[in-house]
Amino acid sequence: MGVKVVKPGLSTTVQDQGRPGYYHIGIPVSGGMDLLSLTAANLLVGNPAGAAVLEIVFAGPELEFTQDATVAVTGAHLPPKVDGVEQPLWTSFPVKKGQVLSFAFLKGGARAYLAVTGGFDVPVVLGSRSTYALGALGGHQGRKLAAGDELPLGQGAVVAAGRTLPEALRRKPGQPAELRMLPGLYWHRITEAAGHRFFDDTWKVAPEADRIGYRFKGGTALEFNPREQPFGAGSDPSNIVDACYPYGSVQVPGGTEPIVLHRDAVSGGGYFMVGTVISADMDLIGQLQPHTPTRFVKVTMEEALAARAERRGVLYRIAAHLS
Amino acid sequence: MKTRYSFGGDEHIFVECDEEMSLEAFFKGMSITTALKEANIKGVTEICPANASFQVRFDPDVIAPDAMLAELKRLEAAAQSAPSVLDTRIIEVPVLYNDPWTHETLMKFRERHQDPTSTDIEYTARINGLDGIDGFIKAHSGAPWFVSMVGFVAGLPFLYQMVDRSRQIQSPKYLRPRTDTPRLTVGHGGCFACIYSVRGAGGYQMFGITPMPIYDPNQTTPYLRDFMCLFKPGDIVKWKPVDRAEYDHIVAEVDAGRWSPRIAPVTFSLAEFQKDIDASNRRIMEALDGR
Repeated sequence: MGVKVVKPGLSTTVQDQGRPGYYHIGIPVSGGMDLLSLTAANLLVGNPAGAAVLEIVFAGPELEFTQDATVAVTGAHLPPKVDGVEQPLWTSFPVKKGQVLSFAFLKGGARAYLAVTGGFDVPVVLGSRSTYALGALGGHQGRKLAAGDELPLGQGAVVAAGRTLPEALRRKPGQPAELRMLPGLYWHRITEAAGHRFFDDTWKVAPEADRIGYRFKGGTALEFNPREQPFGAGSDPSNIVDACYPYGSVQVPGGTEPIVLHRDAVSGGGYFMVGTVISADMDLIGQLQPHTPTRFVKVTMEEALAARAERRGVLYRIAAHLS
Repeated sequence: MKTRYSFGGDEHIFVECDEEMSLEAFFKGMSITTALKEANIKGVTEICPANASFQVRFDPDVIAPDAMLAELKRLEAAAQSAPSVLDTRIIEVPVLYNDPWTHETLMKFRERHQDPTSTDIEYTARINGLDGIDGFIKAHSGAPWFVSMVGFVAGLPFLYQMVDRSRQIQSPKYLRPRTDTPRLTVGHGGCFACIYSVRGAGGYQMFGITPMPIYDPNQTTPYLRDFMCLFKPGDIVKWKPVDRAEYDHIVAEVDAGRWSPRIAPVTFSLAEFQKDIDASNRRIMEALDGR
């Protein structure tokens, strides 16, 4: 009993808060790209914050419910419909056995989170239900959903429909987007002028933007400080001896197009990085559509920690509002 | 060799043991990350050794970034005075060099290669002054390799040969990455070998293929039942050249759930290695005898 996939949508995966602890062997943390919206969706339907939900990208699936359930959709502006009747976002609503949940066209953002009472009860692998598609691991059979899949639901508490979050507690992506970044790692490899331009330029999200990483185009190519390449690094000035990549790290292969690694990150490689997007802004990346103008904003560690505390405060207020 | 620390955002510390690759830099990273694991510091969530660097992920709500940095510097100082000895294991990995499957793939992507008129193994043998394919196989399988990093994708080992720099095999990556690489390809880029744990894109030269699965998310392969990835940083690998008949035999045995790799515990001493590389390697490889 649970949910039958009639149409899978563009790239719908089961995600929870992720699978920490295995990055040292190349298995990334995975989990929802916009964890704030994922958490809010769960709390709206009375689930624990880390229950498994569906992460829906750009275009929604069509799901037939084989049992009664309470659901909520948060994140992107992707309006849900029950048997064709539009339902509110960031608000819990009932779906009866036999009804079909579908979605209208995307009006903003990139990823919607669909939580259902009890959570999606796929097997727990290495402590998480999240899908890591590159490694065919976790989620529903290690992959995005396909037509005909059936997803079981866990036991959930009965919650009222109509639980909702006020506008102030809903995430809205900015235009242009601003990603706060702590410079570091191999920042010293580029010239001072290139460093200034990197923050001054407005970049655009490239079509190559997924759970592994987001690529940005349209800024000035970086100029490197000359050096003789170290043994084992490779001949391009953007090469380093293969090293670990932090989540949120900004690598710039060839010095041309920055790539910000996200929750399905490749865990390491041979490209230099100019810094790392701060933890508080990782949610926002998951809501960026291709072509969104984006600026990188230089911050200090103190500012990064203040932003982190502020995000935690929002999560606290969401939980308090729904308790 | 100067250690360089940098914060990777508010959740990571990135530590470069040296700009260039060396066994000493790798070993320094292993010593500090091993000590860090044993120190069991609250708030540390990931410890990732790499080739000549390592990375720590931490929760800044539990341990402040500056406190985390201070802990690492303290461990670095302690690791410097500790004897450079590593208790690890040696794993024998059968390889069919110059196999038909990587050959078919490399012919498909010839225009992306530095030398479209020869194969990856012929090209690498030539630019390293080795005596053809046979000379290459001898050099590649003649001395053991350290797993200096596991990553990029799940379970993929990077390996660094335990020989002095003049004997390191070096090759560039493809001019443009391939869109396909057979699963279990034995590859090479820069001074590093790798085994592709899953099929996919890749830029390393392709020399052969192993019949031995190294990543199994379903955990049905007997020796991957306890854990889905075979390799961890610090493992030592000995390549064993096999012919097509033996390759086919191992594949059949793996499929029947009857095959396991030869693995033996070994102790590696950096001082012993630096004194006499070949003698140290012989002792390490002899651990496999009778297994």
